[in-house]
Amino acid sequence: MSTSEAVGDRGAFGVYVHVPFCASRCDYCAFATYVDRDHLMASYADACVSEVRRAVVEEGLPEATSVFFGGGTPSRLPAHLLAAVLDAIVRAPGCEVTVECNPEDVTDELLDAYLGAGVTRISMGVQSTSPRVLDGLGRRHQPGTALAAAALVGAAGFASWNLDLIFGGAGETDADWERSLGDVLGLDRPPPHLSAYALTVEPGTPLARHPARHPDEDVQADRYERTDAVLEAAGYAWEEISNWARPGHQCRHNQLYWAQGDYRGIGSAAHSHRAGRRWWNLRTPDRFVHAIQAGVDPTAGAEVLDVRQRAFERLALALRTPAGVPVAALPDTSELAGLVERSGDRAVLTVRGRLLANMVTTRLVPDAVGEPA
Amino acid sequence: MLSVDRIRNFSIISHVDHGKSTLSDRILELTGAVDPRLMREQYLDSMDIERERGITIKAQNVRVTWRDHTLHLIDTPGHVDFGYEVSRSLAACEGAVLLVDASQGIQAQTLANCYQALEHDLEIVAVLNKIDLPAADPERCAAEIEQVLGLDAADVLRISAKTGEGVPELLDAVLARVPPPTGDPDLPLRALIFDSAYDQYRGVVSSIRVVDGTLDARDRLRFMHSGARHDIEEIGVRTPEPVPVVSLGPGEVGYLIAGIKDVGGARSGETVTSDVRPAPEPLAGYRDPKPMVFCGLFPIDGDELPDLRDALEKLRLNDASFTYEPESSRALGFGFRCGFLGLLHMEIVRERLEREFDLALIATAPSVAYRAFLTDGSEVRVDNPSELPEPSQLDHVDEPMLRATILTPAEYTGTVMELCQSRRGELVRMEYLSPERVEFVYVIPLAEVVVSFFDQLKSRTKGYASLDYEPEGYATADLVKVDLLINRAPVDAFSTIVHRTQADVYGRRMTEKLRELIPRQLFDVPIQAAIGGRVLARETVKARRKDVLAKCYGGDITRKRKLLEKQKEGKKKMKSIGRVEVPQEAFVSALRLDD
Repeated sequence: MSTSEAVGDRGAFGVYVHVPFCASRCDYCAFATYVDRDHLMASYADACVSEVRRAVVEEGLPEATSVFFGGGTPSRLPAHLLAAVLDAIVRAPGCEVTVECNPEDVTDELLDAYLGAGVTRISMGVQSTSPRVLDGLGRRHQPGTALAAAALVGAAGFASWNLDLIFGGAGETDADWERSLGDVLGLDRPPPHLSAYALTVEPGTPLARHPARHPDEDVQADRYERTDAVLEAAGYAWEEISNWARPGHQCRHNQLYWAQGDYRGIGSAAHSHRAGRRWWNLRTPDRFVHAIQAGVDPTAGAEVLDVRQRAFERLALALRTPAGVPVAALPDTSELAGLVERSGDRAVLTVRGRLLANMVTTRLVPDAVGEPA
Repeated sequence: MLSVDRIRNFSIISHVDHGKSTLSDRILELTGAVDPRLMREQYLDSMDIERERGITIKAQNVRVTWRDHTLHLIDTPGHVDFGYEVSRSLAACEGAVLLVDASQGIQAQTLANCYQALEHDLEIVAVLNKIDLPAADPERCAAEIEQVLGLDAADVLRISAKTGEGVPELLDAVLARVPPPTGDPDLPLRALIFDSAYDQYRGVVSSIRVVDGTLDARDRLRFMHSGARHDIEEIGVRTPEPVPVVSLGPGEVGYLIAGIKDVGGARSGETVTSDVRPAPEPLAGYRDPKPMVFCGLFPIDGDELPDLRDALEKLRLNDASFTYEPESSRALGFGFRCGFLGLLHMEIVRERLEREFDLALIATAPSVAYRAFLTDGSEVRVDNPSELPEPSQLDHVDEPMLRATILTPAEYTGTVMELCQSRRGELVRMEYLSPERVEFVYVIPLAEVVVSFFDQLKSRTKGYASLDYEPEGYATADLVKVDLLINRAPVDAFSTIVHRTQADVYGRRMTEKLRELIPRQLFDVPIQAAIGGRVLARETVKARRKDVLAKCYGGDITRKRKLLEKQKEGKKKMKSIGRVEVPQEAFVSALRLDD
């Protein structure tokens, strides 16, 4: 299996940079992001640079094989500030550098600046090409803007790029979803990587307060199965629950997450993982900047996983990918029939099984597998 | 020994909240029985639940002195469930103070207790309380008392137990109007136990009223109903603090401690006599308390089963009127089938178990004791619906009936009749007590009353209607057992016995409710309500198709792992019924919603 090599990429190390600034808040978003802190951008970028430098000294930060600017909306950060943070990160040759963009920010100038700074990959949120569905998601951009921006990204010459779609928004019909998929795949240069997310109701979001707009699980299951079929037919291979890629276009950085790999999160609310210890930074940019300026550790919390937790987590993550889990890690019961299939000595989720991945995960028996290699 | 003509024994009959405990407090203060510095509210109510709910569960008695006379105030339990206890307390008195809230008028249960007092030939001293309140309407209430009970409105006293106004006059009226006890000191001893409480240091402490003869602290006693013999450890009077005495003569009220291990050994209504010189006949009126309402009590955490058993044993030391026996349920695990005098009694026991013993419990829907007559001519008593034999074996089923008295403002006449009819009540009598108030008497199945009848009555009459009831034998009815099946396996905790005409409604309601509460499984799960093999209602919990979390990136991993760990842990606590994994909370919610 081609992707199982990517999972478990030895020597890989990722750096995630959180950019907590947005022009507006989407109804479904539960990320640590803010619409009223733009005045902090410069000091925030400075603080990120400081945090990187300190991590190099204090933690012996390895060379990054991938860097990911996520948010929030990284494309709202002036390109020179983003470049300054990226410059501070020591990168291995061939390092993948992804920046998440909003369509309304994308211009040729911005993309050129990114290319010049060493960005190799763009990930852009289109979500839907139906104006009604976009409106229901609380997204500001127009479908035309998104497709035009996608065309610019496709022509700019990045090594790879991705579009995000969301299905199951209020008012979305099966036809709307088919059209969104069709519009994206029908671009002159279609994206080599696609993420398609089932709209999820996160507690505390405006969406959570409106049950009438909550997605129907069965409808989402139908659209997921349809998505997988359409993308497989168009030459994309399933990469992870919500991700599909053309050969060679898997996101190396995300692969690291799913392989329980090591990464360092920079900026407010960013999470890190090194060898079974997970920790995360202060949630608001103000407090993060203040801590860094005061020379104080910005860590807000941490946990150290015991051997069993690590083994369970490792299996739970791998189960979300085509790598699957060792056959011994799942009991051979009739209830899992049709949800899991054997691929060599691995048990891999079927399309139906992917939709029920949580349930299958609760059946995992980590003890049957032994220590992680 | 006290001379009987200087003794007055009386109780206070009153509705919840009409001020009985407050009046008792005032009497204790006025007669100097309690040091004012030690006074606290509801002095005589000893249980937390009594203070919180403002009701008396255990009867108390207290001896006070007023104008050279000895007054025994015998407090009666304040709820319809404890009607028999009330009757025993009244049997220890010659008079009763009828205490009525002047803003509310007489209530059904007060009226019932008052009729009981009249049956015992007690002198009634009618009193209107809370005359200091702006809403008080003493004229109307007095007229009503005259109309309903035939007491002269002019003799009705007016007091404020809160301020103490009129309380000395009330005590004077008790002296003047309540007759002194009669009783022959030379006859063999006969004393009535009218309440017993368990004390962890002393064992059972009984309230006792000497009727004939003399109770001497050196006597060996015979309990005429239980047949047991006991040596006296201590007799005494409550002032209200216990004060030991050497003897109690006719008409005297006090307490008795005789090395008895649980209150079942000294039931209310027991006649105590001398073992050496026994009386030929016990006092009249003894009755074994019979549980009327039943439910299963299960620990939510199965590990607490031994604690629940211990707690029930301990409670039973102090309350001989509830029963329990082990029960096992596929849905709820191991627990106990318990019998109670009534709904409030059930609530109180459950609340005490949860509060005093720190247990988390789930109760099945209350049931009553049916008599099932089988085609082979035999008869089975069924207090657990899941145990009712199959329809093919049943000839007919009898259910316990009540004679219910309801007092309501006249404007709610239609509402009350509608409720009673929908609960299969048969109107026996309807009478206007005054142009504004109506009394209804219905014969109604107990089973219809135990399920939210009282709440419905209260909410439909804005709280104005009041209810009293007494058992009225058994009646045959077209009753069926409705079973709930999950994936074709019956869930015992939801089996219920209803009238055939209500089976469909119950079946539909429960299948819909369970459909909402049972999590979707990997396969379609039918939920059915059935009588025997006949399905009344069916719902389907559609197979679950999606539970996966869409996103799993760096910041999501910890949260996601915790969620999955929790789900994995939760799976262990699922009850498996017909291959369906159901969290116990689903059953618990279904039972709660069924209230």
